[in-house]
Amino acid sequence: MASETVKKVGWYALLTAVAAVVLLPVYFTFVRAISDPTSIFGGGSLLVPQDVQTDVFSRAWRNANLGGAMGRSLVVTVAITVAQVITSILAAYTFAYLWFPLKRTIFALFMATLLLPLEVTVLPNLATISNWGWKDSYQGLIAPFLATALGTFLIRQSFLGVPSELRDAARLEGWGHWKLLTRLAVPLSRPIIAAFVLLSFLGAYNQYLWPRIITSRPEEWGTAPIAVQSLTSNPENANLIVAGALVVAAPMVVLLILFQRHIVRGLTAGAVKG
Amino acid sequence: MHRERWKEAGLAALFLSPSIAVFAVFFYYPFEQLVLRGLYRNNIAGDNLRYVGWSQYTDVLGGEEFREGICNSFLFLVYTVPVGLLLGILLAVLANRRLRGIKVFQTIFTSTVATSTAVAGFIFLAVINPTIGVIKSPDLLADPDTAMVGVALASTWQTLGVAFVIVLAGLQAIPPEVEEASQLDGHGALRRFFTVTLPLISPVLLFLLIYLVINAIQAFAIIDALTQPAGGPDGSTETIVFKIFENRTPDRLGAGSVQSVGLFVLSFLVALGQFAILDKRVHYGE
Repeated sequence: MASETVKKVGWYALLTAVAAVVLLPVYFTFVRAISDPTSIFGGGSLLVPQDVQTDVFSRAWRNANLGGAMGRSLVVTVAITVAQVITSILAAYTFAYLWFPLKRTIFALFMATLLLPLEVTVLPNLATISNWGWKDSYQGLIAPFLATALGTFLIRQSFLGVPSELRDAARLEGWGHWKLLTRLAVPLSRPIIAAFVLLSFLGAYNQYLWPRIITSRPEEWGTAPIAVQSLTSNPENANLIVAGALVVAAPMVVLLILFQRHIVRGLTAGAVKG
Repeated sequence: MHRERWKEAGLAALFLSPSIAVFAVFFYYPFEQLVLRGLYRNNIAGDNLRYVGWSQYTDVLGGEEFREGICNSFLFLVYTVPVGLLLGILLAVLANRRLRGIKVFQTIFTSTVATSTAVAGFIFLAVINPTIGVIKSPDLLADPDTAMVGVALASTWQTLGVAFVIVLAGLQAIPPEVEEASQLDGHGALRRFFTVTLPLISPVLLFLLIYLVINAIQAFAIIDALTQPAGGPDGSTETIVFKIFENRTPDRLGAGSVQSVGLFVLSFLVALGQFAILDKRVHYGE
């Protein structure tokens, strides 16, 4: 019994140490944001805040109009995430369980879309969006990201891991594909789908290049990361942009805390039994 | 039976069509444009396009710039992928236990996911910096020999949360009975990890590997954000995507297009090889 306790204390010590390593850099960033940049660079360190400027967050909020930008980011991000989850689940089910000709080739063509980043395809895509008159619009910000092979791949793998006895049993019950997908494959893959939702959401929220390139009026159409970059970076104000970046990251942290439990087992066990 | 099968194919077409439509417009078509643009050379001003067949391809792909970019990308990959994979597994295994308050730790470990490239850049500059850094190291980013290490460190920190979330999700998807059964067999923790847990999470590990490799090959934003001048001293952090992005002006677009196609073909071959080897070994339930 005593050794159990010692073991437990050991785990907590280790977990706390690692948590500190992960959190300390965030603390330093916070210190940098609230400290007067001239005193920090005049030979200070980031361990202790110096000449604290408490109004830096509100100044960043006002100067970059972060409220509007974060609202737009939210619309774009939710739309992209919902679309990516739906298109990925459908494609994943198809590649995991359905028969169709040229399956391997088509799967390879899907995966091929992951090989070149946006930086490479950005010019032709910009031309397409301009031709459609979608610059400075929600459609333009959202359309290229409605599907992703990354989600297809991840969720397909999870679907392939569904025990075949369960699928056979469901078929004997006369379940069609739609029921198999919604009642068996998706509930059993819940932690993986939750992880994908998180990746997709964060990826969309933090996008920089595409929103910058297709918005000609950033004050009207810029997303949150664009707004942060617009904060001046002259030496006396160098902490404004850091504060802005923290403000923009805050909702993501909240979301993360709310979402973490979906990745963790508890709920899934219930879904399987129910 | 035959009709059943084709009905299934019809459903497959229906399910795949939304993804295919998006890829057709925003990937396959731009890719075709890049291939075609590579067949034309331009003058110094960037106009007067003339058709030159594949000669620009042989010139550019055999050239110094392409080789340098690929080498830098490869170096970045070597610095980031194995470390990222290992740290992700370690963190997830550490946090995947039944302890009171474990969710707090899980949330903290995931939190690096929330950081955009810009924040990761600030954080990196705050920690390792000759003037204000907590670790007053020599400026890694200023020396051509170490600049890539510096960029790779920042990138690893940034992808740590993703790696953690993915591996944790994989661990959480293992039914508790499986581990309990193995525990009853009296296997030690380490043996249980290698013979039971690792094979069961191999699909998510393959995914994570592919994610990290893609992330490495495509590395751009973190390099652009951290290096001053962008691309690092002596161009030491100019990955191939960085070079392609720099080549987007009309006068360099021909070369940039050829480099894009070259990068694609090279990544495709690597991915094909990777997939052929790994997908067979991955354990997908029954």
